[in-house]
Amino acid sequence: MSLPNEHRNSSLWRDAWLRLAKNKLAVTGAVLLGALALASVWGPLLLGQSYYQQDLELGATPPSAQHWLGTDTLGRDLFARLLYGGRISLAVGLCATGVALTIGVFYGTIAGFFGGKVDAVMMRIVDMIFALPFTVFVILLMVLFGREFILLFVAIGAVQWLTMARIVRGQVMSLRKMEFIEAAEALGLSRTRIIFRHMIPNAIGPIIVYATLTVPSVMLLEAFLSFLGLGVQPPMSSWGVLIKEGAETMEEFPWLLIYPGLALALTLFSLNFLGDGLRDALDPQAAKD
Amino acid sequence: MLRFAIVRLLQAIPVLFAVATLTFFMLKLAPGGPFSAEKNTTPEIQRQLDEHYGLNKPLFQQYLTYLGNVVRGDLGPSFKYPNRTVNELIGQAFPVSAELGFWSLLVALALGLTAGIVASLRPNSITDYLASGLAMIGICLPIFVLGPLLVLAFALKLQWVRVAGWDDWVDRILPALTLGGFYAAYIARLTRGGMLEVLSQDFIRTARAKGASPRRVILKHSLRGGLIPVVNYLGPTVAGLLTGSFVVETIFQIPGLGRYFVTAAFNRDYTMVVGTVLFYAAFIVFLNLLVDLALIRMNPKLRFA
Amino acid sequence: MSVLLSVENLRTYFHTRRGIVRAVENVSFSLSAEETLGIVGESGSGKSVACYSLLRLIPQPPGRIESGHAFFEGVDLLHCPEKELRAIRGRRISMIFQDPMTSLNPYLRVGDQVIEPLLIHERVSRKEAFERGVSALGEVGIQDPVRRMRSYPHEFSGGMRQRVMIALALITKPALLLADEPTTALDVTVQAQILELIRQMQRERGMAVVLVTHDIGIVSGFCDRVLVVYAGGVVESGPTTSIFYQPKHPYSQALQKSIPALHPRGAKLPTIAGGPPDVSKPISGCPFAPRCDFAEEKCLTSEIELREVAPNHCSACLRVQLGEIELHPLVAPIASE
Repeated sequence: MSLPNEHRNSSLWRDAWLRLAKNKLAVTGAVLLGALALASVWGPLLLGQSYYQQDLELGATPPSAQHWLGTDTLGRDLFARLLYGGRISLAVGLCATGVALTIGVFYGTIAGFFGGKVDAVMMRIVDMIFALPFTVFVILLMVLFGREFILLFVAIGAVQWLTMARIVRGQVMSLRKMEFIEAAEALGLSRTRIIFRHMIPNAIGPIIVYATLTVPSVMLLEAFLSFLGLGVQPPMSSWGVLIKEGAETMEEFPWLLIYPGLALALTLFSLNFLGDGLRDALDPQAAKD
Repeated sequence: MLRFAIVRLLQAIPVLFAVATLTFFMLKLAPGGPFSAEKNTTPEIQRQLDEHYGLNKPLFQQYLTYLGNVVRGDLGPSFKYPNRTVNELIGQAFPVSAELGFWSLLVALALGLTAGIVASLRPNSITDYLASGLAMIGICLPIFVLGPLLVLAFALKLQWVRVAGWDDWVDRILPALTLGGFYAAYIARLTRGGMLEVLSQDFIRTARAKGASPRRVILKHSLRGGLIPVVNYLGPTVAGLLTGSFVVETIFQIPGLGRYFVTAAFNRDYTMVVGTVLFYAAFIVFLNLLVDLALIRMNPKLRFA
Repeated sequence: MSVLLSVENLRTYFHTRRGIVRAVENVSFSLSAEETLGIVGESGSGKSVACYSLLRLIPQPPGRIESGHAFFEGVDLLHCPEKELRAIRGRRISMIFQDPMTSLNPYLRVGDQVIEPLLIHERVSRKEAFERGVSALGEVGIQDPVRRMRSYPHEFSGGMRQRVMIALALITKPALLLADEPTTALDVTVQAQILELIRQMQRERGMAVVLVTHDIGIVSGFCDRVLVVYAGGVVESGPTTSIFYQPKHPYSQALQKSIPALHPRGAKLPTIAGGPPDVSKPISGCPFAPRCDFAEEKCLTSEIELREVAPNHCSACLRVQLGEIELHPLVAPIASE
């Protein structure tokens, strides 16, 4: 019974892959992201420049052969700091998306699987929270519970799960009516087994798409909070922190603002295009020309 | 229509109640009292302060008092500025934010709708690619990047406007562009999508068969349906303008509520933060209600449902 | 009778990513004032596209009118300036469409849509326009027209919406009505009412009608003349009675054979084997040849053109033109039963 299902999936994935590979913007986005992730993870080790080593005598210098993107006011290499900050930004983006994914999938599956009153109440709660200004709540959490790094992405993840819950619920609801789920029930499979072995794997397409689109909004939120001084705290750094520092000295040293801004914008750009491409590839019905 | 409005208003009550409850317990759960930052509070002063703010009463009683105050619209005194109430601070700062929000929304709608409509008229043409490309750039350029860049270009280099301030109309330009820019981009994409959807409908062909001019086809037959996604997005837009105002008011040193909120967050001015959150929540809930009513007015099928 | 519309060598192609779709290939016909012409063909045969091309209502791009002329009251509809054409659309030539559910704007009141052609083309006050709108709705058989002016399309049934469409199309008293499958989306009982309404309006106003349909049964009782269209081109044209009693093209004959009403209950309905050709590839010879019972080698290789084979009766069948085959009338035996 699971065999034809897997079979269907494998050709579905191949089709999706082919559609994605044809989408030039999405491929460009994926390549850029891959390069960025590699550079963030391995770059700081290979670069030979440390992100924290100060050179007060040198001070801020424009881009040069020695320092590709110049140095900041404390003489620190901007490229190294950018890569290091990229680690944090990407880490927050991925972790918070992970949190959102977990809560959303769990919540949405329960609501969709049980349906009826349980679903009505659960989704009404989502609607209510949805109507509220999220960012304000993240700030409230940060204020009340301290500006902890871990807390940052828990807080962000905790407000980003709503859409995920809605999407998963919709998927689970439509899957419930499918014959192979009915067959699984008739075979006497336990509910947990049906949910984990049959429903979640089949809802994975939209989940991937939405997760890809959540990462940029989470990164944006992190940068936003860091810019306000409510996010990542020094000596740790992220792109939001770099942009904040750059904005303070932009009159004399514009490159300190422009390169971190560019890095963030390019990443958001890539993630959005990749997300759109994945949506078109995995969910052809939702794609609009 | 009226019945719907009343139902929605009644539905808003549990939402606001939940927000108030949530914020109260978050406050109580938060480690450290509101005055723990002040190092020179002796136990005696601490006791007096607790008594003054009712912090020594049982939790449930505190909760009831708090709810009672919220219902009456009394958000309490500011912890940071003890002789001023949160109501006063909001009353003073919100009009500034509202004005900023108004101009930003105007920028977002004017730029977004124009670009979106122009792009939709000739899909896949140069103008479409130009408008859509600009919109994509706008979406990927966060407020806190766009703002400083605009300041750098127009205030510092070209010196057309001042770097910061909120005195005459010139001071409104950069903040409104910064805050409205992202939403202009997003609205442009929504408008383009919505208009393309409507323009491909059969009734557009009917309108053209009647001899309607392109102008008439757009204004009379397409806009109403094409703009529904935009109106749908107005609720999130206003919520976004609101949070964006934290950044913009900080960058341009505008004495609005957003800046107060951020300052209060820094200073751990609990009552001010919670009061502002409640105020924002109520404001957003109210705006969403307005958006729903507008959608019903625009779509006759909903109107009679 | 004077010629009202004369179409010469109309070609409309769609330039898609998968190639050029030759939707209308070299169609010519003319139409007299007050005449009713039926254009019959399968779906995808290009009959609707031909109709839309006359008012340049095809989506451009990808559609393009490649060649041809369509003279109407001294104006070449295919080449006149857009502004001139707009003054004809909805005033001298009106159009009604297949799906009355989607052809009316769901966001506007029915009354505003009905009087819109008046507001566009005539200098009338809103009050006068409203009154004429009310009487137009009344004429097409809508009850309580004053109140219905204020309703929205979703408050009407399909048949009523098509009546609204007719009122809208005829409010300016046009000389020509293009009706694109006006009854396809409707229930059978409503179909007859709508056709009767169109005929009644035609008689009262003395206008010409072009009726595009895939239902050859509708044509027989409604039209003076018929064009049979296949794969974008006209395969037979002539007076309705001759086409029915003396078909001059195997395709028309096959179409008639497949009318259910002409067969006894329970009898197997003849169908035409195969499907219409892919018009995105060039076709050599007769496009119907692969499905034709009479086809020979020469049908696939020779140049095919429409020729007069009887008075006012043209056929594009090579073998009919050469007098090699005689097609049997199909209607007569049934009538004699």
